[in-house]
Amino acid sequence: MLGLGRKDFGLLVIVALLTLLAPFILNPFPSDSSLAQFNAGYPDLMQRFVIFGIFAIGFNILFGLTGYLSFGHAAFLGVGSYAAVWMFKLLTMNVIPAIILSVLIAGVFSLLIGYISLRRSGIYFSILTLAFAQMSFALAYSVLTPITNGETGLQIALDDPRILGVSQTADGSIPVTHLFGLEMRATEVVNMGPWQFQFSAGYYLCALLMLIAFYLAIRIFRSPFGMMLRAVKSNQQRLYYTGLNARPYTLAAFVISGMYAGLAGGLLAAMDPLAGAERMQWTASGEVVLMTILGGAGTLIGPVLGAGFIKYFENIFSKINDNVLHGWFAFLPDGIEDALVAVVHPFIGKGWHLTLGLLFVAVVIFLPGGLVEGGQRIARLFRRKPAPDTERAHQHTPAE
Amino acid sequence: MGILEVKDVNKRFGGLQALGDVNLSVRENTVHAIIGPNGAGKSTLLNCLVGKLIPDTGSVMFDGQSVLGRKPYEINQMGISRVFQTPEIFADLSVFENMMIPLFAKRDGSFRLHAFEGVGSERGLTQEAEAMLDEVNMLEKRDFHAGALSRGDKRRLEMAMCLIQRPRLLLLDEPTAGMARADTNNTIDLLKTIKAKRDITMCIIEHDMHVVFSLADRITVLAQGTPLVEDTPENIKGHPKVKEAYLGEAA
Repeated sequence: MLGLGRKDFGLLVIVALLTLLAPFILNPFPSDSSLAQFNAGYPDLMQRFVIFGIFAIGFNILFGLTGYLSFGHAAFLGVGSYAAVWMFKLLTMNVIPAIILSVLIAGVFSLLIGYISLRRSGIYFSILTLAFAQMSFALAYSVLTPITNGETGLQIALDDPRILGVSQTADGSIPVTHLFGLEMRATEVVNMGPWQFQFSAGYYLCALLMLIAFYLAIRIFRSPFGMMLRAVKSNQQRLYYTGLNARPYTLAAFVISGMYAGLAGGLLAAMDPLAGAERMQWTASGEVVLMTILGGAGTLIGPVLGAGFIKYFENIFSKINDNVLHGWFAFLPDGIEDALVAVVHPFIGKGWHLTLGLLFVAVVIFLPGGLVEGGQRIARLFRRKPAPDTERAHQHTPAE
Repeated sequence: MGILEVKDVNKRFGGLQALGDVNLSVRENTVHAIIGPNGAGKSTLLNCLVGKLIPDTGSVMFDGQSVLGRKPYEINQMGISRVFQTPEIFADLSVFENMMIPLFAKRDGSFRLHAFEGVGSERGLTQEAEAMLDEVNMLEKRDFHAGALSRGDKRRLEMAMCLIQRPRLLLLDEPTAGMARADTNNTIDLLKTIKAKRDITMCIIEHDMHVVFSLADRITVLAQGTPLVEDTPENIKGHPKVKEAYLGEAA
């Protein structure tokens, strides 16, 4: 089906269902309950889940398949965002041209950086990409201010010379991004008893593009091209003596993953038309590395899981504060309550980085295959009798 | 004219003359062995043939074309395959995938962005890969993880990967190094059947005299970077110079 094997098609269907039903799945708690703060089903965050999912899926095509660890992928995301915002300023508020341009510009940009960086491998490659990304960040922040608007970031203004469309709406405000008239911020709120679910047009556009991106990634993983990329990771010497040139393969993978990053950047701008230099900073590049490794590098679903996991932590876990903790531990005697809150305090709120860091360390040590390996181990527990031979044979083929 | 012509090749590493005026002619459809004591320059010579090293002077012609200055993958595309001393395979891939990669390389050249076909949907190539695996008795291990194979199987897989490209010249760098007697004999038998079934030229670098004398049609003896003598195995056995430089040293 769609050129996929049965297992891959099943995986695609599951991911499609999860993304389409996300407004329900992520809002399991009634909106007036004390657990409502764990609801992640609001448009802003759901958009981030899928956009960073796209970013990580693309990153995984490079890192997961070839093993080349790029530490500068945020540069392509940033370039994509700038390209999209310029499209909004100059051409139209329709998101389609903006998204297309952001992918193309990121592709050209990654071709340049990849061509130079891929002359080295291993740690040197990582450092080269990091250097280029930091250079891009610094340039966007200072010298390139006419294009990037420096520290303030690039925004839509009231006097933009928009060729197709108006500079201002009838009531004198800035027009919003739309898809052939459907506003990206349009949100349908459905109340079902105490539950509240939000369906955002912007989210569903992002989700659709993520599904397409995911589908393409599966096709690439299963293609001869994907096999060559895994061969690059496995044994470059043998590859060269088999008549294959590793360089164009890695460059193609680099450009494809750069274009995925550009798509993610373009979508970020399409949802909220502004672009800042901080999107290109090395912490942003590091984040996508964390997402991919946490979820499971080289697996299909891993990067999506990792992206969701980290974004959930960043947005939900960080909102737990001492007051909330006091609420949870209120049933305990005062002294113990205070002590418990004091112990937990460093791990919550602004300390969410600490919790995430510890989790990351635990995953890398105990689950080298990431969350996907965790899932597989649990599944194996339930299946009981594993067939040792086939398990071994398939261990290193990319898991689902 | 041989299929491989090495003329006046010199290679220096600093003060060490690794190869001095090496001349070598490998005739088509023969098995040519290069022997010599440790440090004789056998591996340096081989590396000059496959593009890993470039000689300081001299020429290396394969089938009338120079290989010098070409990249290893270009030389492979000319029809030269190489088996390494320790088997070099794609350990993270399945045995079947290991066979498909050389097939794609043979059909599509050194690069092709075939990102939207399935690996297994290539019927013709799949059958070819399976037939080759069958020939080296590894068909039942088709879906094994190549890294989990025994050393002997890895060696057979590597040879199968080379042969499936139908190279005109197969270079073997000590194919039986570190093998037990039984494995060595298996490898000799395998190479003999391979040779019997197809038109192929082989160039073997080997330490083990037993292997050399059971396979080679012609032998070149290398000592201190220079060929001492080139002749048939029968004549080499009794040659006084060879005894002195090589066999004598071993005894």
